[in-house]
Amino acid sequence: MSDLKLIGFLCNWCSYAGADMAGTSRMKQPSGLRIIRLPCTGRVNPLLIQKAFQEGADGVLVSGCHPGDCHYNEGNYYARRRLELLKRMLPAWGIDPQRFHYTWVSASEGARWAEVVAEFQARIEALGKLEMGYPGGDVVSQVS
Amino acid sequence: MRIGVFVCMCGNNIAATVDTEKVAEAARSMRDVYHAETIKYSCSDPGQRTIIDAVEKKKLTRVVLAACSPRMHETTFRRTVKAAGLNPFMFEMVNIREHVSWIHSDMEEATNKSIDLVAKGVARARKQTPLTSSTVPLTGRVLVVGGGIAGIQAALDIADSGLPVTLVERDSTIGGNMARLDKTFPTLDCSSCILTPRMVDVKNHENIELMVNAEVDRVRGYIGNFEVDIRKKATCVDEDKCTGCFKCEEKCPGKAPDEFNQGIGESKAISIPFPQAVPLVATLRKEYCRLFIRGKCSICQKVCPADAIDYEQEERIITEKYGAIVVATGYDLFDWTKVYPEYGGGRYPDVVTSLQYERMLSASGPTGGHVQRPSDGEEPRNVVFICCVGSRDESIGRPLCCSVGCMYAAKQAILTKEHIPDSQSYVFYIDIRAGSKGYEEFTRRAQKEFGAIYLRGRVGLIYPRDGRMVVMGTDTLSADQVEIEADLVVLVVGLNAAAGAGELARKLNISYDQYEFLSESHPKLRPVETNTGGIFLAGACQGPKDIPDSVAQASAAASKVIGLLSKGEMETSPLVAEVDQKKCIGCFKCQEVCPYQAIEEQTLPDGRLVAHVIESLCQGCGLCNVACPPSVIPLKGYTDDQLLAETLELLRR
Repeated sequence: MSDLKLIGFLCNWCSYAGADMAGTSRMKQPSGLRIIRLPCTGRVNPLLIQKAFQEGADGVLVSGCHPGDCHYNEGNYYARRRLELLKRMLPAWGIDPQRFHYTWVSASEGARWAEVVAEFQARIEALGKLEMGYPGGDVVSQVS
Repeated sequence: MRIGVFVCMCGNNIAATVDTEKVAEAARSMRDVYHAETIKYSCSDPGQRTIIDAVEKKKLTRVVLAACSPRMHETTFRRTVKAAGLNPFMFEMVNIREHVSWIHSDMEEATNKSIDLVAKGVARARKQTPLTSSTVPLTGRVLVVGGGIAGIQAALDIADSGLPVTLVERDSTIGGNMARLDKTFPTLDCSSCILTPRMVDVKNHENIELMVNAEVDRVRGYIGNFEVDIRKKATCVDEDKCTGCFKCEEKCPGKAPDEFNQGIGESKAISIPFPQAVPLVATLRKEYCRLFIRGKCSICQKVCPADAIDYEQEERIITEKYGAIVVATGYDLFDWTKVYPEYGGGRYPDVVTSLQYERMLSASGPTGGHVQRPSDGEEPRNVVFICCVGSRDESIGRPLCCSVGCMYAAKQAILTKEHIPDSQSYVFYIDIRAGSKGYEEFTRRAQKEFGAIYLRGRVGLIYPRDGRMVVMGTDTLSADQVEIEADLVVLVVGLNAAAGAGELARKLNISYDQYEFLSESHPKLRPVETNTGGIFLAGACQGPKDIPDSVAQASAAASKVIGLLSKGEMETSPLVAEVDQKKCIGCFKCQEVCPYQAIEEQTLPDGRLVAHVIESLCQGCGLCNVACPPSVIPLKGYTDDQLLAETLELLRR
């Protein structure tokens, strides 16, 4: 495996449990991703993700409960708004927004989780190590 | 600060893929780690003892355990750490089983990943602070949603313990699907004979409040302290006055579909679903009522001797507090008509579902227990049962087993022979699944004693010919094509969660799967709990289940509820948000985003208006933590400091 650094922020109730389910079902996955557990994707501060990229992350994945299924009713809606905005901001910092992905995986979707991990790792491998200075950095046109 | 790292081998579950000794060795050189060792089974008594001994001997102040998922045993090990004299929150669990050993095969990769995760855990542990729980009072009252056999059993068990119970049922009577059954396998007990007395018990129980024609509208609060809005639908009948005399139903001119009888026969716009209904009250369905459609009728009001008809009745919302909720919303038959055009897709009257056939067999059914072909009323001779319609069928995306079909097909084959002695039953099956006590013997009896012919294979086509139904299938044991001229075809249709289960789940904040079956917290160890504290599952709402299993699960859920509420108060999680009031700027963005109204305004002695978290209401989601502009409302256990330490540690490696 390459020395890519992939970090996943997972909510405890859906995606972390889904990743557990994938493990219990012995669904093989590439080994690059390192998971950090949070109560809710609504606890993910976009600044933390920005910091992660700044400090050497090659890819960051956030996964939570499906819209409508948040354990805290509406945490993932806040997450969706914040993370969508973050995605549009990334080019301004010189980061290819493809390196950041957010998705929803429920506690019963072990197979889906395994797919998400495989796809994400393949995507970042194709992009290679992060080098600052992504050319599409016109933040105004990205956000508007 | 002295951190101890323990690496669980979990027998071979972890050790087969992760070099645990190497992980422990790597941990020894991590900052503030004073002790690291492997444990064969950390959850065993000697395993937990190893942790306690090391804490005491090496004077450890924090513990990091690399083992299974924290979702599995975090609470167990918090108790271990507490037994060792530490604060239970000076503990961090690292998942190297579900997230490493079980999903990777390369030992070097798995070991390196485990070392990274342990380093992350140590970094997080270094930022931990001791946390203490507070207690909240519990409301000693229980809501049971759904009045089928599971809801009935749960309500009775809980009420017998002395706790007041509200049983909410959306139909006009309790009894659920079991009330539709004629007999039950494997004893051929009469279903209503064993069910009806329990229904009456519910009505007469001093601790049970029965609410029919009612649905859960909205749920707020949390374990021990739920506040529930129940919507009591308008039925145009005063339930307190109605005596269940059936006079309105007799005289009503408005025809309506008969849902209780699964569309076999017809009902009236005002009706009582069946004679043993509890409560025995009429319900008016406005969409079929002449008065509401044409503006003229009122016959039911005129004939009612109890003056119970009230056309002006309005829907009401009743709000009540509950300490726990049991969900027992049951199942519906899967709608086979859209995906099985080869069986006629519902066009042939003599192709019926198992539940429709059940109503034909039942003495309380529309045919009075006489089995008749719906097309011409003739008694059938050849009856063909087709198992696994909508079950175990990957081609329509339904791989699940309905778990009851094999058994009720055998039961209905037996009953067919009893009703019509010169009849012949044929059962097409994939496998016969008869796992419980007395089940295998029962399916054998259907064949040996009652002459049912079992054919292993699927049916490919059903079509009408000369007034009969031709069933074309394969007998895979003899590899022969089979063609049977049937008078009646019974589809053994699979199960889905009852309509609306997903919607209810969203109101309750619990998970469900693609069939809308509600998810238990752990399939083996927490089968009746959900991931939301205080909400429990009973019966087929959790997955296909027969009556004995539904009753057993209902009693299990009841015992969990009784155990929870027996204490009067409960420890809350200390993983809540806390405002640093010195730095709070009083913008109340936290209040805006809080889903639990857990943030109040507080005036400090110096006159400043600041935020304050009501601990008993905070559920620890951390939304406020991110929303706070000066970032001064940390979520304990998941502070910015901790998350940053974890992230940076992973990136540093």
